[in-house]
Amino acid sequence: MKDAFLQEALTIATNKFIGLRREAFDDFPEGEKLRDRAREIKEATLQHLDRYLDELIDNVERLGGTVHFAATAEEARAIVLDIAQRTGARMAVKSKSMATEEIHLNEALERAGVTPVETDLGEYIIQLAHERPSHIIAPAIHKTKAQVADLFAKELGRQVVADPEVLTKIARAELRDKFLQADLGITGANFAVADTGTVVLVTNEGNGRMVTSLPRVHVAVMGVEKVVPSMTDLMVFLAILAKSATGQKLSVYTTLVRGPRRAGELEGPDEFHLVLLDNGRIGQLAGPLREALYCLRCGACLNVCPVYRQIGGHAYGYTYPGPIGILLTAMAHGPGSVKDLAHASSLCGACVDACPVRIDIPRMLIELRREVDEQKIAPWAERVAFKALAAVMTRPRLYRWSAAVARLLQRPFARDGAIRSLPLAPGNWTRTRDLPAVAPRTFQERWKELERES
Amino acid sequence: MTAPIRASLMVTCLGDLFFPEVGVRIVRLLRRLGVTVEFPEGQTCCGLPLFNSGYHKEAAAVAARTLGLFRDAEHIVVPSGSCAWMVKHEYAGLLRDPALKKDAGRVAGRTYELSQFLVKVLGKAEFSATLSGRVTYHDSCHLLRGLHESETPRAILKNTKGIELVELPGADECCGFGGSFAVRLPEVSSQILVKKLKNVEATRAACVVACDAGCLMQMGGGLRRRGSRVSALHLAELIDGGGK
Repeated sequence: MKDAFLQEALTIATNKFIGLRREAFDDFPEGEKLRDRAREIKEATLQHLDRYLDELIDNVERLGGTVHFAATAEEARAIVLDIAQRTGARMAVKSKSMATEEIHLNEALERAGVTPVETDLGEYIIQLAHERPSHIIAPAIHKTKAQVADLFAKELGRQVVADPEVLTKIARAELRDKFLQADLGITGANFAVADTGTVVLVTNEGNGRMVTSLPRVHVAVMGVEKVVPSMTDLMVFLAILAKSATGQKLSVYTTLVRGPRRAGELEGPDEFHLVLLDNGRIGQLAGPLREALYCLRCGACLNVCPVYRQIGGHAYGYTYPGPIGILLTAMAHGPGSVKDLAHASSLCGACVDACPVRIDIPRMLIELRREVDEQKIAPWAERVAFKALAAVMTRPRLYRWSAAVARLLQRPFARDGAIRSLPLAPGNWTRTRDLPAVAPRTFQERWKELERES
Repeated sequence: MTAPIRASLMVTCLGDLFFPEVGVRIVRLLRRLGVTVEFPEGQTCCGLPLFNSGYHKEAAAVAARTLGLFRDAEHIVVPSGSCAWMVKHEYAGLLRDPALKKDAGRVAGRTYELSQFLVKVLGKAEFSATLSGRVTYHDSCHLLRGLHESETPRAILKNTKGIELVELPGADECCGFGGSFAVRLPEVSSQILVKKLKNVEATRAACVVACDAGCLMQMGGGLRRRGSRVSALHLAELIDGGGK
């Protein structure tokens, strides 16, 4: 937070995303209706998730693919490692995938002697820096081009100009060989179409295509909620996803994968595996975070979030940052994991407006706060304070008496109707802001007089 | 001649304790517009701070009390968008008792944030101003995104004589208040505020107007601490209702 570079990088990038998104939807009058439609499709799909997953599994298997189910992150890792081991893989190229970040796959691959290579430019930068993504679609958003140039220079052992074009060329050259060497291609999935068995990847750099077609084995790791019923439904999501994420009409590449290479086909892997990841999702079908399962991972809510824009993604401490990230973290790790994060929002609602499927994030944050309170995870002192507040607010005489007491207590601190400094927790306010003093006479105390005026 | 319009003022806890002058001005303004103003006694709070922090049982008890005070009001006028939103959007869901739920539904339909009441119920947007010069307007989150209102405060500010409304860059961005958020994450809250105040100062306005006591505490407190010449005013402090 105190990093001026981070502040600068974040402000520039999020402002750019916000502007591009606004322009994209301004030019697209049917956008609002499609957002509503997308929301309806998500809701209808979740109502019959078991049926659509069955259909997806049948179709992927019919096409010659293998489907695995992972209840936890650990199971998902084990499945991928098993495939790697069985196929004798030494190197895995990866396209950008939050699901594999969620299960901490790279570390597991490394431990098992398989070298993971991130091929999305942003992810490649992050991997070189030994960091984790700080944004859902722009993992290196917290880095300036100068920082990236330094990173490349260190890696290559030579001077590198801080020019995005030069940097991209370097990364491309470095990665080209890796695509050819890799045994395993690992991706996430933006969608999977139940009635055709198609796994859909939305990318901008074309690396997704190479990862899914060059290595002899392709593994896609996907949250179970990403299934959509049909290609028609898919079109609805594609029409709003890139606009919400980057302001593009469509992303540069939309890669459709249907099983492994079939007889007579020239490219494609020998094996195709789809790992369906639960990791807390299925439990929320009937849980308070259900609506978070609509999420398309576009990142629009991060860009508009005043808190994210100040603190950046790493400050959240988990895989998914930003307002939606708090919900996804709670989904995977339980409400206790977000007892502080649930309060890292002013509940301004900018995220709801930006979300392509209008997920009511503030409502669920409040719901998480409620769980944290009710399960007594919240600090004891805080719970007492709020219960005391409730006692005052339900007893008008106590309320009036409290106002009088506050007036007495504030005397040493108040000057000209304002308080500049207070001890203890209220000091959190007065450190940077004046606090209005409780008025000499409250409105209620003036009402009798006012009544006579009429 | 039709019977005069009756309005009950929900002054809100922040309004009562910290900004009583706003309430007084609203009473006088409404009376000058021919409204019979009532003030149900024994008011405390709408319950929003408890609700937002997750203390829903407690918030429901506060809501039930407040609802009881306003059950039979013809119109309920609230000087803060967030409290109006709480009453209109959250009471019915928060209260379990069927009779209370029904009351909540009825009261929701009769509750208005001040600028909405002036423009939409009284049909009045032209006022004279208590000061002259340039003003700017900050959209409070709950009024803007909760009650979907960006027009009525601007309509009033545009039609009020003697002032010039200039748009605030990033007017729809949060000021960083967020209730307990402001003291739970004071540094983040303050940084968001600084951004807001820089935008306010860039408009060269004499004051920033808002329709929410929370934002006014935050922006006003920040401006005072900076020693800024800009003041943060509630809409009711800017218009005096003397115009036609």
